[in-house]
Amino acid sequence: MLIDRLNIWQKIGLYIATFLFLLFILMPFIEMLRVSLRPMSHLMTAEFSWWSKDFSLQAYRDMWVTVPLLGRYIFNSVFIALAVTLATMIVVVPGAYAYARLEFPFKALSLGGFLAVNMFTGAVLLIPLYRVLRTLGLLNTYWAMIIPGVAFLIPTGIWLLRSYLEKIPRELEEAAYVDGASRLYTLRRVVIPLATPGLIVVATSVFIGAYAQQFLFAITFNNKREFQPLPAGLFEFVGYQDTTWNEMMAAALTGVLPVLLFFLFLQKYLVAGLTAGAVKE
Amino acid sequence: MQDSGRTAPIMARSGLSEAAFAWMLISPALLFIGVIVAWPLAETIRLSFTDATLGGESYVGLANYAALMASPKFYDTVARTFYWMFLSVSLKLIMGLIGATLLNAAIPGKALFRILVMPPWVIPVAIGVIGWKWMYNGYFGLISGLLQEFGLVQDRVALLASKTSAFYSAVVTDVWVGTPMVTLFLLAAMQGVSRDLYEAAWVDGAGRWYRFRRITIPQIMPVIVSMALLSAIWTFNSFEIIWILTEGGPRGATTTLIIDTYKVAISSQRFGEGAARAVVIVTLLALFSLAYLYFLNRVNRYYGAK
Repeated sequence: MLIDRLNIWQKIGLYIATFLFLLFILMPFIEMLRVSLRPMSHLMTAEFSWWSKDFSLQAYRDMWVTVPLLGRYIFNSVFIALAVTLATMIVVVPGAYAYARLEFPFKALSLGGFLAVNMFTGAVLLIPLYRVLRTLGLLNTYWAMIIPGVAFLIPTGIWLLRSYLEKIPRELEEAAYVDGASRLYTLRRVVIPLATPGLIVVATSVFIGAYAQQFLFAITFNNKREFQPLPAGLFEFVGYQDTTWNEMMAAALTGVLPVLLFFLFLQKYLVAGLTAGAVKE
Repeated sequence: MQDSGRTAPIMARSGLSEAAFAWMLISPALLFIGVIVAWPLAETIRLSFTDATLGGESYVGLANYAALMASPKFYDTVARTFYWMFLSVSLKLIMGLIGATLLNAAIPGKALFRILVMPPWVIPVAIGVIGWKWMYNGYFGLISGLLQEFGLVQDRVALLASKTSAFYSAVVTDVWVGTPMVTLFLLAAMQGVSRDLYEAAWVDGAGRWYRFRRITIPQIMPVIVSMALLSAIWTFNSFEIIWILTEGGPRGATTTLIIDTYKVAISSQRFGEGAARAVVIVTLLALFSLAYLYFLNRVNRYYGAK
């Protein structure tokens, strides 16, 4: 279209600016890849250089030997994030529906209360949280990382999903009522199927939150190696004497690759979903 | 209000009032928040009046708070935390706005660029930070290497070893972690702006910069404003980035309130003193949020927005 027309210099300028922006965003990954491909001895002794002839995939083989539980850590990370997502969604869907559709006393106040939870990350409440989990007998289990994760993701989940549910036409629910469906049946068979795109977007952002922030709960509430997620497990490459940086980077890249690929496929959906949901407020 | 009239018969059928049904639906969420957030919060406040350690606890009144108020180091930490927050959030918003504008431009390849901006957001924070920690190291790190190559420094520089450079290095990493999310939310907001507005302005001869300033920015202002508050709260409480890079060092240069709290409460297990710091964090954040929302309200009224 005419309004979008750019002259050649504007185009070049845009590409250069985009390149620089993406360079900033991707630099750490490029550097991690470079490190993971070089032997440790060369990394520590040689001068800095962009390219070298000694690139090899050796670190990608050795890492499984240096940290035998690496596969387990990668699995744990995804497993914990999925469990958090599932539990959060089970709690968030009915809650969001109540705030989107129903009138009840203390509605605004309780919603404000939920949103205020955003002010505390787990880090502020670690001391008593530790005691709560000890009392419940959950320390050093998967639950110690799943349950706090869920609690801190509920408020944003309710907030996001509420705005999707508000857009579903009321008439459909009323039609179901008229046909004799109960409230719960209507929620299950009418509202949830209609809200599927919104549910996917909200679930995705919950997953991102759960996957990105496992480190603190893992190092504080869990000391069983077999339950540790990848971000905590990576620190096993830090030895008493020296750190095998190349294997650490190789493990980090290998560990996030499956999730990264998954998001690449979801990307289009995600940006579109954000447009539809979050912006309206 | 006409709705309540229409749904009245259904209430009678299900035997459950609308309010009771609503509370039933939100009760699981309330239970979670109650056990994991509200109760620990109450407990934190109680502990802040004690000298609790692993050994036991006894009531000490306001002693923990008095100790904080009397400590010049603590005031430094508070000031540093606010500086950290303002600097980092401003940079995230600026980078996010630049990023969103670039990704919104009508150039071939934009779908790919939108994908490439995502990784720092979707991977575990700790992993990205490990990458930065490597880049900052003085012996074989990328940044030191580049600075030398361009002749900006003579010798190797260990960026995390000196106070000033460690602080700004942590800011850069924090901005890096936060930028993709801000970018994508602002991009989504920009795509929600009606094309008619741009076309009308264009017909009237408005240039690109003018359209950006007078249409895009005002239209996406609500999203910028709510992103700023959320981002401020997260940045204030940002733990992993600083902890992995420097653990608050060197010599306290990167110690923000949350790092200080963690060190006192968890590392040295002085629960009472740690709890008092946690209460200070919550209070400061609550005051900041209220002031922000109040200010926002005033601005909105002034500009006649909703």
